[in-house]
Amino acid sequence: MRIELSNIEKIFNRGRHNEFRAIRDVSMEIAPNRITCLKGASGSGKTTLLSMIGCLSRPTSGRILLGERMISGLPERFLTDIRRHTFGFVFQRFNLIQGLTVLDNIMIPAYPLGLDHGELKRSAKLLLKQFGLERVSNNPVQWLSGGEAQRVAICRALINDPGVLLADEPTANLDLKNSREFMELIGNLSESGKTILMTSHDPLVYESPVVDEVVEMHDGQIMVK
Amino acid sequence: MKAFIRKQGFLIDFTLSSLMRRKGKNIGLLIVYGLIVFLLASVMLFSHALRKEAGLVLQGAPEIVLQRMVAGRHALIPADYLDAIESIRGVAGTEGRLWGYFYDPAVGANYTVMVTPDYELSGNEVVIGAGISRIRGVAEGDFFSLRSDKGKTYVFKVKSLLDSESELVSTDLVLISEKAFRVLTGIPEGRLTDIILKVRNPREVQKVAEKLVARLPDTRPILREEILRTYDSIFAWRQGIVFVLLLGALLAFVIFAWDKASGLSAEEKREIGILKAVGWETGDVLRMKFWEGAIISFSAFTLGYLAAYLHVFYSSAVLFEPVLKGWSVLYPQFDLVPFVDGLQLATLFFFTVFPYTVATIIPIWQASITDPDAIMR
Amino acid sequence: MLFNPPVIALIMVSVVVTLMLLAAAGLAVQILMYWDIGSGSERQLILERRTYLVSTLLTWVFASELISLMLFIYNAESMSGQFVGAMCATGVLNVNAWGWPALFLKLIIFFSGAVWLAINHLDNQGFDFPLVKVKYLLLLIILPLVMVEAFVQLQYFLGLKPNLITSCCGSLFSSEAEGVVGNVSSLLPSTALLLFYGAGLLMMLSGTWFLWRKSGGWVFSSLSVGAFIASLAGMISYVALYVYEHPHHHCPFCVLKPGHDYAGYALYLPLFAATALALATGAVSRWKHVPSLSAVVESNAPRLAWLSMMLYALFFSVATFFVLRSSLVMAPFW
Ligand SMILES: Nc1ncnc2c1ncn2[C@@H]1O[C@H](COP(=O)(O)OP(=O)(O)O)[C@@H](O)[C@H]1O
Ligand SMILES: [Mg+2]
Repeated sequence: MRIELSNIEKIFNRGRHNEFRAIRDVSMEIAPNRITCLKGASGSGKTTLLSMIGCLSRPTSGRILLGERMISGLPERFLTDIRRHTFGFVFQRFNLIQGLTVLDNIMIPAYPLGLDHGELKRSAKLLLKQFGLERVSNNPVQWLSGGEAQRVAICRALINDPGVLLADEPTANLDLKNSREFMELIGNLSESGKTILMTSHDPLVYESPVVDEVVEMHDGQIMVK
Repeated sequence: MKAFIRKQGFLIDFTLSSLMRRKGKNIGLLIVYGLIVFLLASVMLFSHALRKEAGLVLQGAPEIVLQRMVAGRHALIPADYLDAIESIRGVAGTEGRLWGYFYDPAVGANYTVMVTPDYELSGNEVVIGAGISRIRGVAEGDFFSLRSDKGKTYVFKVKSLLDSESELVSTDLVLISEKAFRVLTGIPEGRLTDIILKVRNPREVQKVAEKLVARLPDTRPILREEILRTYDSIFAWRQGIVFVLLLGALLAFVIFAWDKASGLSAEEKREIGILKAVGWETGDVLRMKFWEGAIISFSAFTLGYLAAYLHVFYSSAVLFEPVLKGWSVLYPQFDLVPFVDGLQLATLFFFTVFPYTVATIIPIWQASITDPDAIMR
Repeated sequence: MLFNPPVIALIMVSVVVTLMLLAAAGLAVQILMYWDIGSGSERQLILERRTYLVSTLLTWVFASELISLMLFIYNAESMSGQFVGAMCATGVLNVNAWGWPALFLKLIIFFSGAVWLAINHLDNQGFDFPLVKVKYLLLLIILPLVMVEAFVQLQYFLGLKPNLITSCCGSLFSSEAEGVVGNVSSLLPSTALLLFYGAGLLMMLSGTWFLWRKSGGWVFSSLSVGAFIASLAGMISYVALYVYEHPHHHCPFCVLKPGHDYAGYALYLPLFAATALALATGAVSRWKHVPSLSAVVESNAPRLAWLSMMLYALFFSVATFFVLRSSLVMAPFW
């Protein structure tokens, strides 16, 4: 699915003394079925932009088109609805719920959809198998290693079969070996037809051969190549 | 519809596991909540049961009791009034009664001494209530003494004990023969304490009472209906007073609930942030929290009510005993008849679940509107 | 004043509910003033999030009002022992002039609540919240209603003096009684029968028309109000007699007593639910022309109407069952 941004602005604390323009007039297009990477220094606005694209927050002004649909300006309730079916997220810190098992963790995004329990469990197990996690599926998540936790987070992102995978600094908490494995996984996912958008300031990510496009950000703006 | 129900199933599932993950905090809440329910339910069940008991007792009571008044004071009534009454239409039966109170300085208690045709008692036999038997330590076949108005002590043989089915009224009762009663009290032949009337048709009671006053102007009829009404309002009123006293406890509980609901741990906040980030909507979080409240309320309510039920009906309200014992030395030991009542449940709901829910609405809402992208920062 | 726990509970609930509605109304006024759905501003986001709070508050307000309606009747029933002349709830409501108004206000609030919740539910499904103005204005209308109810109820309880002598269902619901109630009670059973089933039939027909032609939702709603009133009248003048198996006992409350197989619950629950759903049907179907809602209205309104008609059918079946089962023979009185 094509994603198109035009003249996106994000202003925090507007009208107050600590007003801050995090994103300034960004226009860009994210190509479907490709891997795009947002690179830039810390604080340059990558996460903010990613969260607006992923319907986690709304731009102060500007338009975001998701396929044919205008999603900027929709109330949160409907943004959430779109998000569930379109985007999967992998966060910088893996953000798994402690105390729940691996299986329970990856099923959580599907709960509000009210699917059949047995079916949901089956597709969750299938995903775990695909990512080599079936051995740990009933362990609580605090027992996992960093690499495993990352893969569980990816499974969770894929449980509702979204078309777009968004990842915020996915390698920030991984060692070298796991980072390489992650890039390999991402390459496979892209081949299976997913659109992938990542942010990173890790050269291992943005210089990786699997990345199709790198967009550089600076102070809330996109640097022209 | 199916999806909706399945969704609620998932939410409840998640809520249960989330409650289990925070056992300490939730068990604390459950105990305090359950205790409040227990306290209020005990008061309600107990006073309601007492009232019911009294009602049951009065059911067997005569429709009208007729007393004679002399200078505004209760006086002995001549036995020949009986004839004047029997001719009134609607009166199905009359009976003269002899009874009075005896103070026993040995134990500091008041007995009700009464003549009854139900037991064939000879001049030196009595039947006594369970309370007296306990306090005086006398059983069937033992001897029991009473002092007459002339200061003479008469000894009686205890023929039997009154069964304790409705101990509330019979606990301090002494049944005695007419002859012995007259000797003890000095009430002359031809005089009675009062007269009771049976009226078959309840609609005629008022009419009969009016005729009594017209025909025997020095008498005062006391209607059973009136006593019942007084009982009803006295019990309801007492209960009300206790509830008002308990409002303080209730307020403390509300503050406690508010505090628990708004003082989310960092861990819990992060969890809600994760849920929102992975696709839960504000409404989903609200619904999840609603189920949480429902589960806690239901458990606390059930536990508290059950405990109160056992307390009142199977342990004779032990915890209230010290309070009530102050009323009378002869504290009745009764088994109240168990019952459940919709009015009580609804009232209890408004005194416990309702305040809890109201206190948690705003904290829950505040938790549910966490920014979905909060965990990315 | 009579001072028992249910009375304290009812007063407390009416006060708390009024406060909750006041808070909700305060939020509603802010929302009405600053609402700007197209804006991506933080203020708009905050307002949107407050709508959740308003919805939650109101859901609880109306749920509490419903339970308080039941408690009010139970309580009246249980206090009948404390007043000379009262045998059931009727007598206790008659103790002073505030009793019946309090009950009627509770009924009106129950039905307004059903309508408000239906509109709110509908609005939440339109991506541009097209009914925000409508529902919050409606909320501002319900607020005074709830305040008046709290006041009337308080007056009623304050005026409950134990020495008052009241009259009960025997005299209020009798053919000799004055006013509307007397008229209703003295309706010839044949007339009552006609009214009872006639209004029901009309309402059913309009419901069928609505399901078939997808229009006339408000006709269905209005006729259901008519059917509701006719049903209550029918209960008093006709069905009650058969339930009690007594040709002159017209009371609408005594049916709730355990002695009558809980007939009251079997009759009133479907009747009230059906009427609430019928009102909701009208309130929902009215917004078919709003683009963002038409699909939802298309699927929801018929479902509401359908459910409402099923419940009405249940009510009439139960009523008919009680009449047929009864050993009372009315023929000589017709
Ligand atoms: N909610 C917020 N309120 C105020 N400032 C914010 C908020 N979120 C992010 N910022 C600011 O926006 C800027 C961009 O942040 P971010 O998008 O997280 O950058 P990056 O992901 O590139 O490190 C930072 O300077 C940050 O302080
Ligand atoms: Mg970042």
